[in-house]
Parts: sequence; C-alpha cells; structure tokens
Amino acid sequence: MGSKRVYSICAMCTGRCPIVVDVNGNEVEHIWGNPHLLGGYHLCPRGAAGKALLNDTERPQTPLIRDGERGSGKWKSVSWDEALDYVAEKLKKIIDTYGAKSVVLSDRGGAITEFEKTFIAAIGSPNYFNHHAACSNSIHNAHLSVAGLARNGVTYDYKNCKYLVSFGRNLLESLVTGEAKNVIDMIDNGGKLIQIDVRWNYTAAKADRFFLINPGTDYALALALIHVIIKDSLYDSDFVKRWTVGFEELSNFVKPYTPEFAEKETGIPAAEIVKLAHDVGNAKPSVIFHLGWMTAWYSNDFYLRRAICSLNALLGVYEAKGGLIINKGPAAVGKPLKSLLAQVPKPKDPRFDGCGTKYPHLSGQWGLAQELAHVLLTDDPYPVRAYIVFRHDPLASLPDPDFFRSAFKKLDLLVSIDVNYSETGWFSDVILPEDTYLERTDHVIARNGPKPGYILRQAAVQRRFDTRPRWWIFKELANRLGVGQYFPYNSIEELIAWQLEGTGYKLEDFNEKGYIELVDKPIMWDRTDGLKFKTPSGKIEFISKKLEDAGVPSFIPYEKPIELKPGRFRLVTSKCALHTQGRTTSNNRLLNEYVSENHLYIHEDKAVELGIKEGDLLEVENEGEKQYIKAKLTKYIHPDVVFMLHGFGDDVPLRTRSFGKGASDIRLQKGLAKVAIGGNCPYTECTVSVKKAN
Amino acid sequence: MGKYYIFQDQKRCIGCYACELHCKTKNNAPEGAKLCRIVPTGPQVVKGVPRMHFVFMPCFHCEKPWCVYACPTGAMTKRAKDGIVYVNQDLCVGCKNCITACPWGVPQWNSETGKVMKCDFCMDRIDQGLEPACVTGCTTGALKFVSPSEASQIKREKFAKDISPLKK
Repeated sequence: MGSKRVYSICAMCTGRCPIVVDVNGNEVEHIWGNPHLLGGYHLCPRGAAGKALLNDTERPQTPLIRDGERGSGKWKSVSWDEALDYVAEKLKKIIDTYGAKSVVLSDRGGAITEFEKTFIAAIGSPNYFNHHAACSNSIHNAHLSVAGLARNGVTYDYKNCKYLVSFGRNLLESLVTGEAKNVIDMIDNGGKLIQIDVRWNYTAAKADRFFLINPGTDYALALALIHVIIKDSLYDSDFVKRWTVGFEELSNFVKPYTPEFAEKETGIPAAEIVKLAHDVGNAKPSVIFHLGWMTAWYSNDFYLRRAICSLNALLGVYEAKGGLIINKGPAAVGKPLKSLLAQVPKPKDPRFDGCGTKYPHLSGQWGLAQELAHVLLTDDPYPVRAYIVFRHDPLASLPDPDFFRSAFKKLDLLVSIDVNYSETGWFSDVILPEDTYLERTDHVIARNGPKPGYILRQAAVQRRFDTRPRWWIFKELANRLGVGQYFPYNSIEELIAWQLEGTGYKLEDFNEKGYIELVDKPIMWDRTDGLKFKTPSGKIEFISKKLEDAGVPSFIPYEKPIELKPGRFRLVTSKCALHTQGRTTSNNRLLNEYVSENHLYIHEDKAVELGIKEGDLLEVENEGEKQYIKAKLTKYIHPDVVFMLHGFGDDVPLRTRSFGKGASDIRLQKGLAKVAIGGNCPYTECTVSVKKAN
Repeated sequence: MGKYYIFQDQKRCIGCYACELHCKTKNNAPEGAKLCRIVPTGPQVVKGVPRMHFVFMPCFHCEKPWCVYACPTGAMTKRAKDGIVYVNQDLCVGCKNCITACPWGVPQWNSETGKVMKCDFCMDRIDQGLEPACVTGCTTGALKFVSPSEASQIKREKFAKDISPLKK
C-alpha cells in the first residue's frame, strides 16, 4: 500500500468508474476500484492500466501551435500564454466577423462537462454538441420520446433482475466494472441473460440463451415480442392503465407482427419468440430489456429503441425491484449543486446542427456531430469558422474521416484540448494539453440514482509535464474573451466550495469514501402515484405527442434491411475489455501489449469460399477505400457479417505503439455521416468486400 | 507447507484480463512478462450456447517445486512459514534453469533486469494482511484467495446448490 490513498474517478473510458489510487511519494503505485461503491477493489483492466498513462511521453507535453500545413505533424512548442493569446485573438476575429454562433465546441459527453458548456454559452454560442451521434443518440432520443428520460436516466437493478434481454449490448466485454460485476451477480443469483446479436461474444458465452439474429432485423423481433405480450395478456395491466398512453394504437400497430413473421425475418424460431415473451411476462416486473449504449446501428434504430422502451413499459419494469429505477438527483432531496452553466444567459441563436429547427424532435442536449462537416461545406444555416474539440476525437470516431478532414479545411481555427494526441489534434491548429485524470481535480458531479449523492475526481499526483486542468484552461480562455465573470473562482477548491454552498457539505467530506451519499436508503417512487416521466402527458407515451407535433410518426412499419449484394458483408464493430474507443487505450503501453491490432472475424464457411485461412492478411474494401487486416475464422458469426474492433488504424506517428496498426473501421464507413431519424449515424449500414491481400 | 490457493469461479470469470493487468502493474512486470495468465479455451457448444472456459494460471507454489531444485544459486526460494515460492533477486543470475524446469511455464523472464521474476502471491501484500493483486482487482470477484480446504468447501457448496431440488 502506498503512502496515501486518493479517491477519484477513472477516465480510461467513459464508464467513469469510482477508483482509489494508492500513491507513493509522487508516483501512482496502484489503481483500484472504490470499495465503498463497488463492494471490493474490483477494477477492469483498462482502469488498472491507467498507471501507464501518467509517465507516458507519447502525449502532448506543452501547448503546441501548428508550424506547417494542417496534419503535417510540424509543431512549435509554446508557452501557455502564447497559446491562449493565439486562440483568443483568432476567436475574437471570427466572432466579430461571423458572430459567436460561428464557434462550435464538442466533447466526449458525460457528467464532467460544466466548464466547456459554460465557456461556449458564455461567449454567446448555442453550439455545444458531443460524441453521441457516433454512439447513443438514437436511444437517448427514443427514451426521451417514450419516457421523457435520458438514456442514462435510469439505473439498471441487475442484482434483483430475473430476466435481462440484451439486443447486442456487449455487457461483459464493452464493460463498465460495476455493471459487469452486477450482471455476473445476477447470473449467480439465478437471473437469466438472453443475448441477441449478429455475432457470438463473451457476453453471449455467459447467456442462458443466445440468438444469432439476421442482421438488421432486431426491430421485427421487438415488434413480435410486443405482439405476443399483448395478445397473450402478459403485460402489467395496472401499470399500463395508470402510466401509459397509446396502448390501443400500439396493440393495433403490432397485430401483423406475429412470431411467424418475425421468424422469417430474424431467423429465430417462432416458438422461441413466444417462449421468451412468456418468460419475461412471468418474471415481470423484475425484467430489463437493455436500452443499449452504442446504438448508432441503422437508419431505423430510433424505432427499434422505442420498441425496446415500450417492452419495458408493457412489463411495468420502471421503478420495480429488478427493473429500471428512475434516477434521482441531489435536487430531489433539496441539495442541488450550484452550476456554473446555470449562471449564463441561454444563447438565442438557433443551433448549427438543426436540433430544434430542421430536426424538431431531436434533443440539442447532445446535438448532431455528423452535421458539422455538411454545415462547414455549405454554410447552411450559417458559417461555422471555429471548432474547439475537447476530450473528443471526431476524426477517430465519425464515419469517413477524410470527408471531415476536407470540411475542416474551411475552419479558420481548429483547437484540440486533450490528454492524448488525437487524430483531430494532429489536424488542429493548436493543441492545448490537459492534465491526465490522475493529475487534476475536476468539478463535483452529481451521482444520480436511487441514492443520490456527489462524487469527485481528485488529483492523486502532481503533473508531469507543462499541462493544465480543464477548470484553468476554460477560465483563462474566458478571461481573454471578456467573459471571465462566469468562472468566478481562482482555484478548483474555491469552485468546489461554491458548488457545495447550501448543501451543508465541503471538500473534506469526500476524503472518507470518495463520494457523499445524501440518503441512507434508496428513494423508490410510488408505482401507483409517484412516478415522474418528463413527457408532455407525464406518462409513458407509446404515441408521442412531441413526435407527432414534429410530424414524426410514433410507429413505422418494419422494413427489411437493404439487401446485401453478392460478395459483400455487413461490417460490424465493437469494443473489448482491454480496448475502448482507441485514443485512451490503443497506445497505452500495458494495454497495447495485449491488443496491439484488430482482426477481421469472418464465418469459416465464407472464408473457405474465399480461400481465406486464419491469419491471412485481408484487403477489406468499400467505395475505393481499402484497409488491411488479419483474418480470424469463426463458426459463431452471421455469415453475412464481418466484425472488427473499432479504434485501430492510428494515423498519428508520435503514438509509436499504435501507429499504423490494424484497420480503421470508420474509413470504410463511407457516406454514413448522415442524420438518421434518431440522430445517430447508421454505422452498420456499411458493407464491404473481403479478399486475400496480394 | 503451502497454505494458500487461488480459487477461480468459472461462472464469474469473464476473461477480461484484469487479473493480469493488476498483477503487471503491482509487480512492474515489463513487456512480455506475465506472472499470472488467463488462457481462454473454447468456444464449445454446451446446451445450445457456445461457452468459454478461462483457465487461470498463477504459480501453483508446489510442495516440491521443480524450479527450486533446478536453481543453482539458491535464488528460487520456498518460504518456510507458508510455502510461497519466490525469487530472491539478489541471488538470481538469470540462468533460466527454473524456466526450463517448471512444467507449467510459470517463471518469467524480466527483460529489463536480466533476471527471473515469478508469481509470489504478492508476498509483500500478504505480509500486510492483504490479498494478491490479481484477486483484489478482479473485475467480477471471480478469484478468491483461500486455503486449499476452503476451495474444496466452496466447490462442494456450489455443486450442492446446483443439484439441490430446492432451488431459490
């Protein structure tokens, strides 16, 4: 054990697991999970490998200003004053010429986003957006439309769940420590996991039943489940009567979607679909149909997600033991945190990405990252000339990065604020290097859930290089742009004291357990009268008023996925326990030792047809883009699908461990920077040809 | 006498390699050296679902350790009080005889020191009343640091629960 222990929050992925850091002198000795919250020192391998980030010299060590063409990799190391003055001067000119709305800012999303949101609003721009067009926009917007709740507006009560049905959510590989542990606890307690996916994986390996579904047909399965649940009266009629609107319309809509129909589409036997519907009906309300996380799959994903939300509602799982518990924040117990953002007047201009205007049904809370390239190229609805990208790497996550690169050329200023060199950073004019999560303290965040509270990321050691924390960077930029009054603090300690004013708590109260709990017992709202759904009706809306008002139908008929041309495969991607979105894990010394490149998983029958053997180097092609990757043969993938881990094919030469290794999925995803009806990019509509490389 | 045993609950293990990473960071194992290993085997279809079996391979801390007998310098040592087999770094000359001798490939080559390193159950942690890093950090709590007889008891209890007609 080190000389001191510091409670904090991990940042190796966006799971933000609570951690405790053993520190010896100014070195991190070990990173563990926070035992007070995780029931032990459990922490996933990425979290454990955070130690290798701290002293890694393959991250930006000083502010850098471009000293050559964009993307040339020529940089001038400058002081913080020089870098910030440079950025501020450029921003001033752009704002003077095009207005504040021409400045846009994005981040990776999540809870620790107050500084950047405050900054962009303070300069008068409405244009904050985040990464979720490449991730969970469709479920976020779907859950908002059905239940008035964010994707993460509920807590999954896995431990008490009797039946967990997952449409492709890879819970045990794309994992968050506490969630994976809770799912395993559920299985240990006799709960059933049903995994539905186009490929087998380690989550499927733990499932009670695994269904290999025809790609793009999940919606047919969901509709057939609703059909059986209604037809055989398996739903929670009290809950449906009290808490839903549009049940009759839903019942009529699903009439044609019989199990026999779904069998033809999905390849899952009708009898299995009927059995599943009865199993969840019998287990209700201790049932969870997982909403999904990375749900940027298809053009119609929004309706699949609405159907999944509807299944949860039919079974009455909201606020039920073993179901989905509606999150309560500190405000629910009269102890809200003070917010910097709340002090800023809301900018009046319409958003650049059409949320609320062109797309009246989509939430501007997360925005539409994929629209940026189109807006840059067309100046419609107005010119965007400056882009501040913070802890986000659009050129490593949005489809077709070369399309975005060509659009980014229209920017007068591209600034990257990041711990790592990112693909976007490499193409930027300025890189402002942030302290790692082990070196910085962030603002306090609310822990929303059945037991609301606060939690804090705290510096464990002193910084290694000439980097700075986010609270300082945005305050300094704001000062230079004349809006420093919205950052009324001189240190993070001062800000935290201000945030906690009126709560009765102070910074020192985090010392004991790393978080503060505001209640002793979980707050469970009364299922007869106390539920709060933030929809216009205050109920679950199978028929959504918000959607209908926007001219968007509440239901759309199932359509077959676009037919696969001969010789083509559908490209599907995911993550694993050792590797996440790439830029925090692929060049990490410890993790790179395990997963240094990705492989293409292909069905062994297809491989035989194509003369492909295990380990062969393959050429994967779409619309002229070719990627090279080694083959892995498997029996347990749909023959129409090939699979690779996302986040490889690193273009940044200074990241020597991951540079040039493996294939890039996003480069193959040509033409998919589209806004599907749920606000997501339709990644899984990418098809590729595969052959042995010459 | 060997007092300790690491019990791995297959039902809980998800093959995430957290045990290896916690081991590597705790013991500062350089690239290539893995003091414990998870070896995934499978998939194989059992009752309609392709299943995995993740074999956990720490050092077994043998009662009669091949590596100790093979070590010419006395660096490989069996601790009398609890049977932990460890390398005395001061005495190791990097001859690799222990690597040859161990039937299970447990001793690891440290490319940075030119010596051998191996799983010692995180002896320094045990001496502080803690458990090995692999057990402590395991994502799902699949590993348990127990005595051999406790391991037997855990297995029997699990089996008994599985075959009992009185399910929960």
